[in-house]
Amino acid sequence: MKVDVNTVKKIAHLARLEFDEAGLEKMKRDMTQILDWEEQLNEVDTENVEPITTMSSEVNVMREDVEGEHLSHEQALKNAPQRDSDYFRVPKVLE
Amino acid sequence: MILEKFLSFDDIQKSLENGETSVTAIVNYYLQNIQTKAHLNAFVEVYTDSALAQAAAVDQKISEGKAGRLAGMVIGIKDVLVYKDHEVNASSNILKGFVSQFTATAVQRLIDEDAVIVGRLNCDEFGMGSSNENTCHGKVLNAADETRVPGGSSGGSAVAVQANLCTVSLGTDTGGSVRQPAAFTGLVGIKPTYSRVSRWGLIAYASSFDTIGIFSRNVKDNALVMEIMAGPDNFDSTSSKKPVPPYSELLHFDKRVKVAYLRETIESPALQPEIKANTLALLDKLRKEGHEVEEVEFPLLKYVLPTYYILTTAEASSNLSRFDGVKYGYRTSAAHNLESMYKKTRSEGFGEEVKRRIMLGTFVLSASYYDAYFTKAQKVRRLIKEFTENLLNKFDYIVMPTTPSTAFKFGEHSNDPVAMYLEDLFTVQASVSGVPAISIPNGTDEKGLPIGIQIIANSFKEAELYAFADYLMDINQA
Repeated sequence: MKVDVNTVKKIAHLARLEFDEAGLEKMKRDMTQILDWEEQLNEVDTENVEPITTMSSEVNVMREDVEGEHLSHEQALKNAPQRDSDYFRVPKVLE
Repeated sequence: MILEKFLSFDDIQKSLENGETSVTAIVNYYLQNIQTKAHLNAFVEVYTDSALAQAAAVDQKISEGKAGRLAGMVIGIKDVLVYKDHEVNASSNILKGFVSQFTATAVQRLIDEDAVIVGRLNCDEFGMGSSNENTCHGKVLNAADETRVPGGSSGGSAVAVQANLCTVSLGTDTGGSVRQPAAFTGLVGIKPTYSRVSRWGLIAYASSFDTIGIFSRNVKDNALVMEIMAGPDNFDSTSSKKPVPPYSELLHFDKRVKVAYLRETIESPALQPEIKANTLALLDKLRKEGHEVEEVEFPLLKYVLPTYYILTTAEASSNLSRFDGVKYGYRTSAAHNLESMYKKTRSEGFGEEVKRRIMLGTFVLSASYYDAYFTKAQKVRRLIKEFTENLLNKFDYIVMPTTPSTAFKFGEHSNDPVAMYLEDLFTVQASVSGVPAISIPNGTDEKGLPIGIQIIANSFKEAELYAFADYLMDINQA
């Protein structure tokens, strides 16, 4: 899979990452190399094979809905990079 | 000094029973070793105060005859396992300064049996790496040769036990991150069956692969810690409800078993000659002991790593989306609006390998490529899992080298991501299949570097795996 710079930019936006010009070029090369290597899987016949979607053998795990402890307001805000008395603070969403 | 003989938990317990030592003295002994060997960079933080407080409390319990089963055991934990009121970074700048509000279930169960948690251990960022070079804490040195890597991602956990800085350590194994460093440092390292140990409190990398594993000097210590850590947990709905046998009491081994080895592993061009020779020599010993040893073909071997990387990068891109600078961890100071805050925070906070994997994962999950990559890999995963399970219905164990080479030099694979990925060639099969696997020492190469041998058993056969591993350690010494 030949990845071009526009694809790298599009994927970077989806992943909420950004790269400078040199970083975009390097990511383009690395992704092309790794995806080419991953495409070996096309040699495997998977006709009529169901994709596997869970690795645990437990199904529909149920438990009683019991009241438990939860983090206090103060605790929940403890690791916040920016906060006020009640909320996490972020930069302006609307200009 | 009396403590010099503490190379197994049995030794520690004996000395405690005889009243020759105390838990406080044992913790001080390890704290001293940690200081002397600080240049190895295994520990990123030593919990001197909380460890000594725990030790004093356990000593008190011992004097009252109320001590738990791990009294005297001193444990280091990988920097991806959370411990209440202690910092944890996953070796990433994006979690700088983060202090956990709770304790991982696996860690809590050890504390409940009176183990002392002595500190947190260096690793590759979010468990992504095979050399412990991708870390915000600086590289870890292999104590067998300080110019070489300890393996990864749980490199600090390996070196901590190798250099006798703690009794056992916890690592995590997603594609070989306990077994490969165990091989590189001459230790016993297990990856249990997927879902055997609760993942609650393990900072996620790839949730359908992640397991918590153990490093130790001998099989018995490993088995004891596993039987205490394993079992169902209300906080992890994937954790298995199957009963946990007392592994450490089931080590006796006296049967004749059927062992398979995979032709493609032994004949791999990447395999170092001494590793091949030691593997074949061990298989020969097994034949002489009367076991059935048979070569089988595993034509899917070359597809195991690509399958692993498609699925783990996809899961990682999803798991790591939570690191956005809003509620915890690092936040950029350069943002002018919310979207640029996300992007700059993540771009400044994550390391290069983590960003590469997030990008690849986002790519294989994107609408245009989802079926061609992600769904395809899920199908091949089923084929690999079924092949492995069928083989383990016919044979008791699969035996193969843990790694293609012994510990390599720093920087040796830094410029070629695929070359680094190939380090995990032999360990990922068990991860893709979800079955348990253990690495134990199998001699050394010409340079004196440790070689590991890996044993794989069927799901939830940890008891059989430990017993056979212990037996192999014995016949290897004979």
